[in-house]
Amino acid sequence: MADLHIGPATATETERAAVDRVVSATMGPAVVREAERLVRGGTERRSRRRHLLLPVLHALQNQAGWISPGGLNYACEQLQVPPAEAYGVATFYEMFRVDDPGHDDDVVHVCVDAACQIADAEAVIAALEAGGEHVHRSPCLGQCERPVARFVQGRAKPDSVPADEVVAPSAAVPQATDPAHAMSLRLLRRVGRADPTRLDSYIGAGGYKALTEAFRRGPAGVVAEVETAGLMGRGGAAFPTGFKWKSVAEAAGDQKYVVVNADESEPGTFKDRVLIENDPFAVIEAATIAGFATGADTGYIYIRGEYPLATSRLEGAIAQAREAGFLGDRIARSSFGFDLEVRRGAGAYICGEETALFNSLEGFRGEPRQKPPFPTTNGLFDCPTAINNPETLVNVLDIVIDGGAAYAALGTEKSAGTKLFCLSGHVKRPGVYEVEFGTTLGRLIDMAGGVDGELAAIMLGGAAGSFVGPDMLDLPLSFEAARNAGVSLGSGVVMAFNAGVDFGPVLTRLAEFFRNESCGQCVPCRVGTVRQHEVLVVCNGRPTDEHVALLEEIDLAMKDASICGLGHTAATAVRSGISLGLTGGQS
Amino acid sequence: MLWGSNAREAHPIFFHHLLKGLDNGARMYCVDPRRTSSAKFADAWLGLNVGTDIALANAVARHIISNDLHNKAFIEHATSGFDAFAEVVDAYTLDRAAEITGVPGSAIAELAEAYATAETAQILWTLGITEHHNAVDNVVSLCNLALLTGHVGRWGSGLVPLRGQNNVQGGGDMGALPDKLPGFQDITDPDARARFEAVWGFPVPPKPGLHLTLMFEAMKTKDLRAIYCIGENPADSEADVEHARALLRDLDLLVVQDIFLTRTAELADVVFPASVAWAEADGTVTSSERRVQRVRAAVPPPGEARDDIEIIGELARRMGVDWGNPTARELWDELRSLSPLHRGMTYERLESEGGLQWPCPDENHPGSPFLHGWLWADDLEGRDPAPFSVVEHAGPAEELTDEFPLRLTTGRALDSYNTGVQSGSIDSPIRYGNTIDLATTDAARLGIEDGETVRVVSPRGSVEMPVRVLDDLPDGLTFTTFHFPELVDVNVLTNDAWDKRSGTAEFKAASIRVEKLAEPSIDSDTTTSEPGSG
Amino acid sequence: MTTTDSAPGPGGVGTGAGSETAVELTVDGRSVSVPVGSTVLDACDAAGVDTPTLCYAENLTPVNACRVCVVEQDGSRTLIPSCSRRVEGGMDIKTDTERVRHSRKMVLEFLATGVDLSQADDLNRWAERYGADPDRYPAPQVIDEPVRIQDELYIRDYDKCVLCYKCVEACGDDAQHTFAIAVAGRGFDARIRTEFDVSLPDSACVYCGNCVAVCPTNALQFKTEFDLRQADNWRPGDHTVTRTVCSYCGVGCNLELHVQDETIVKVTSPADHSVTSGHLCIKGRFGWSYVHGR
Repeated sequence: MADLHIGPATATETERAAVDRVVSATMGPAVVREAERLVRGGTERRSRRRHLLLPVLHALQNQAGWISPGGLNYACEQLQVPPAEAYGVATFYEMFRVDDPGHDDDVVHVCVDAACQIADAEAVIAALEAGGEHVHRSPCLGQCERPVARFVQGRAKPDSVPADEVVAPSAAVPQATDPAHAMSLRLLRRVGRADPTRLDSYIGAGGYKALTEAFRRGPAGVVAEVETAGLMGRGGAAFPTGFKWKSVAEAAGDQKYVVVNADESEPGTFKDRVLIENDPFAVIEAATIAGFATGADTGYIYIRGEYPLATSRLEGAIAQAREAGFLGDRIARSSFGFDLEVRRGAGAYICGEETALFNSLEGFRGEPRQKPPFPTTNGLFDCPTAINNPETLVNVLDIVIDGGAAYAALGTEKSAGTKLFCLSGHVKRPGVYEVEFGTTLGRLIDMAGGVDGELAAIMLGGAAGSFVGPDMLDLPLSFEAARNAGVSLGSGVVMAFNAGVDFGPVLTRLAEFFRNESCGQCVPCRVGTVRQHEVLVVCNGRPTDEHVALLEEIDLAMKDASICGLGHTAATAVRSGISLGLTGGQS
Repeated sequence: MLWGSNAREAHPIFFHHLLKGLDNGARMYCVDPRRTSSAKFADAWLGLNVGTDIALANAVARHIISNDLHNKAFIEHATSGFDAFAEVVDAYTLDRAAEITGVPGSAIAELAEAYATAETAQILWTLGITEHHNAVDNVVSLCNLALLTGHVGRWGSGLVPLRGQNNVQGGGDMGALPDKLPGFQDITDPDARARFEAVWGFPVPPKPGLHLTLMFEAMKTKDLRAIYCIGENPADSEADVEHARALLRDLDLLVVQDIFLTRTAELADVVFPASVAWAEADGTVTSSERRVQRVRAAVPPPGEARDDIEIIGELARRMGVDWGNPTARELWDELRSLSPLHRGMTYERLESEGGLQWPCPDENHPGSPFLHGWLWADDLEGRDPAPFSVVEHAGPAEELTDEFPLRLTTGRALDSYNTGVQSGSIDSPIRYGNTIDLATTDAARLGIEDGETVRVVSPRGSVEMPVRVLDDLPDGLTFTTFHFPELVDVNVLTNDAWDKRSGTAEFKAASIRVEKLAEPSIDSDTTTSEPGSG
Repeated sequence: MTTTDSAPGPGGVGTGAGSETAVELTVDGRSVSVPVGSTVLDACDAAGVDTPTLCYAENLTPVNACRVCVVEQDGSRTLIPSCSRRVEGGMDIKTDTERVRHSRKMVLEFLATGVDLSQADDLNRWAERYGADPDRYPAPQVIDEPVRIQDELYIRDYDKCVLCYKCVEACGDDAQHTFAIAVAGRGFDARIRTEFDVSLPDSACVYCGNCVAVCPTNALQFKTEFDLRQADNWRPGDHTVTRTVCSYCGVGCNLELHVQDETIVKVTSPADHSVTSGHLCIKGRFGWSYVHGR
């Protein structure tokens, strides 16, 4: 609660309407004058509405092209959020601006990260600017299979991705149309086969069998099967999902949440986008099972703001599922009730970190929280929360139907099941590939048609992962083999670079990415990422031994003392590239 | 329940504690004619008509009783007079209370249920309750609610009047009440007098003295002809202040002891320049929560200014009694020897324990965070049960008329204090000056704009002031602070109708009208100085 | 008769620190015992270890943002922030290992490369202890902002700001609940701001000065101090500090009057006092100049 002090700037009619649409669609404003002598407000009403701040800021940005002082004031009045705090939130995100753009046009975001960088993003930007477009240089847009990626931030109309209008989403899954592989797909089995916009098509393709089976097994039964399956999280941290669910189920508290972390922002990663665009109902069904297993009645799907198609497919699917009784009270005539809501991120890599995501969803700056306490006891709104990646969740459908033991038979001993990999860069058929754990890196690249040119290096695991050389093609892709080799599968990024690539700018851009995406909360990361970038800029990405020594010291402090994974891994790729000798000198 | 208190501005650090409670899930209802900055933190604001507190409290009581939410065991155990009380409040139905107070009946019911069913609940009030002609009735109407529900005498529940000065409680502790000796010992009690006489060495008159308001009454009747006024500025702060000034002027002798040449001091025959008690002198003060704490000299007093103790001692010497030159600590130890409430509070303990809350009867006693725990003791510690008091709604002494149709109430602003003698020195960026606050609706009806200077007229006089138009005021209510008497003599307007038991004047309810000034602005015909602008 | 509830005393809502249970752990090889709920920093204090802190204050919720207090915990992949981590039985904490010294050095070095720490005495002392060398960075970006002098009560010099969040917490839900300032922007561009950087008098600020009181680097300064420093006449070594009670209402806030040349130059409140927890309002903080006839 606060002494709300609203400045003199007033909102336009359209800004007010944009805010009202969001606020009135939910719980109404935080302060209401019920009678001339009776006004309701207070801490509880206010804190229960704070989570609407991000949707309200989206509405204002879309309407006016910026978060104007008047618009912000009106939003703050309706939600009773102090303007300084709302301003702090608005300035946190890439997609919001707080200065007047001075035009009424759309803004084209063009990706400048690795896959698009080596596809000459700068040339695309130059061409767009020459054509009079307003261009915003963006971090990875999650369309690495179709560089150079663009995303159009609409003005008073929905955001869009130009590529979505010319390419079917299923085109990102080459296996789906390849008879040699199509029958072995599990996570991607419905891609190109079921209509992602129709519930009946999903059901016809086996949808909602898993939920029925889950009801039969009971919550504890579901958790037990997921534990038996040995399912590990697919977002990058590879945490055992069954253990997570069990912890949430057993945590004290009446209110629990499921959160689907679809804020896919790791450069090189686009699997969750492709999965959601092609099979949104599967994510919804799996999230519902997660709610059933953990005792949560509410779920949120937090999705990247730059994924308009995936967002609308999810929203459409949720509406149909609710209509058909698969969401809401008494699902499928059981006593179990569960509902889901989609929330858009607004451009912040850090919000993929689970506790930063909670803060973002709650209407605060997306700054990570110190752990412990962990989300299983103190997650969203400080309640026990099961937060999972979409890919992880979709694995649960087969686990529930076939049983954990059958699932565990897939893959390797310590990495059960299949995994989605995002192949991009210099491969002939970029896209999302599903393979069993244990498949070698070389085999995977072969499936993608092999390297376009002579292979120089592969970025494995994303910007937070590391570069490996051609000598690693025999690496079996499993958590344990990666760990033994000192690398990480991360979110499944496999980005190939051929010998024609100048790695100096690539490493410098990687450092810039972390500099730009550091939330700024802790000193090691806030300053360390800047000092790392400055060293690379000074030497044009070709550090001397002295530079390398300094980079190592910076890295060590970021690894040891940062709050979250962003700082811990902000130097990994850069340092691996340098020690591989990609920039000439080798330390 | 924050009732008639704008603690966010008048008691900001107390409000920090309240906010901590809200953050921890406490609910808050605010009863106040204005939707104050405090009220904006409340789950619900109930905007009652000025001076209708008893009607609201009685209706809350009736609703609690008729819904069987009263604490019957506690009432039976610890109180008396419930039946008579229940009979009287039975007339205060929700409908009738809504009619009197202006607050919807459903909100009164909600407040009653929330208060009665809370595990712990407090009623906090300030001058919104006490600056009325029926101040004591107002207070007991709230006490009744605590007795009805058992929200008293236990940790987390209670009745909390917030004190406006750092030592108004201490003044009472020290016997600065007409009928009390230090430690609240009754002046009419011969045993108590004897104890003091033994130490002081002279007889203590058994007759109670006069409180401030009665002093002015006695000045009117010319029974009181000399005043020794220490650290008070009645020539600015009294209600119907013109009348008060005339009475002060008319005295045979006025002695003023103050740190500044206040308007009262300007009227004095003799002025003793004093030191600033909290920065230039040693001693103790007692806060709202009965916490006795040390004040200390940090800087020397300027010029001829002297410590109050020294001035009084010197005065006594000139009158022929030598009290020596006691230190503050020696006086405190004398007080401890005479007041059981304070006996355990040595200077060393006050120092090391960050103050102590009385009663603290011996040096091993930890002090008392709350009072009235005896209400819960099996035998009531041998005391009589706490009586319910029967009080009826009376309304403000001054009713609204066609000639004076607006209600004026007064209060504090965050960055200012009383008559501004001290706070005037703050170079405050948030000071908005001495405005008359008007409801948006009233301003529109009168054709008055924000910032416009108007004439404010009450049956006693008129002043010119700039207007501040606020959405947060209900129709018909106006508000002003009293911090800038040199700019706007607000107390020219206020009503000196006063409560016969507490001696407090009805600062909270005058009737006024607001007039547009003819253009160009001409000098006011009464006491107005320049229009205040802050 | 026993018809009523007993009257619970204040012990019923204590912090639990008074409970008899203690936690045993090891700090730098020494066994220490601290109450349940203590932090690792408390344990370090109990072991007599001097731990540098920057964003920590006893009257604020730990935000563990500065990371200068990190220590090594046996079995933990990364270092842990001692200010916020609760003790657990059997913890083996090391405060002076190579890793700890390195991270502390780097944090202090990072800050010194970007911010003016000339008035942050503690930080300079620790920088020396850990051998921080801010001069070894090529072309470091520094914070460069004008001193904001917008009123007569205090100034804001964000060149000195280390973004410890203390002012935001004191303005926000740790004390004042005014939320006039917040962190805006992201990463190295994050700054303490009012909305749209409006001036303080135009913001929600109520001039309690609680932000100034918790600032560890003098980025926020009372105007009295700022003016005396400008005149090269700020002499903290000559100050006397006297504790007294504020006169502006009945709450009983303790004041510490900082006096130089028989003149009050600054007012603070003790963070460990139950009434204020170190926080004041505009009257208590700034309402003293009448003492000097001003």
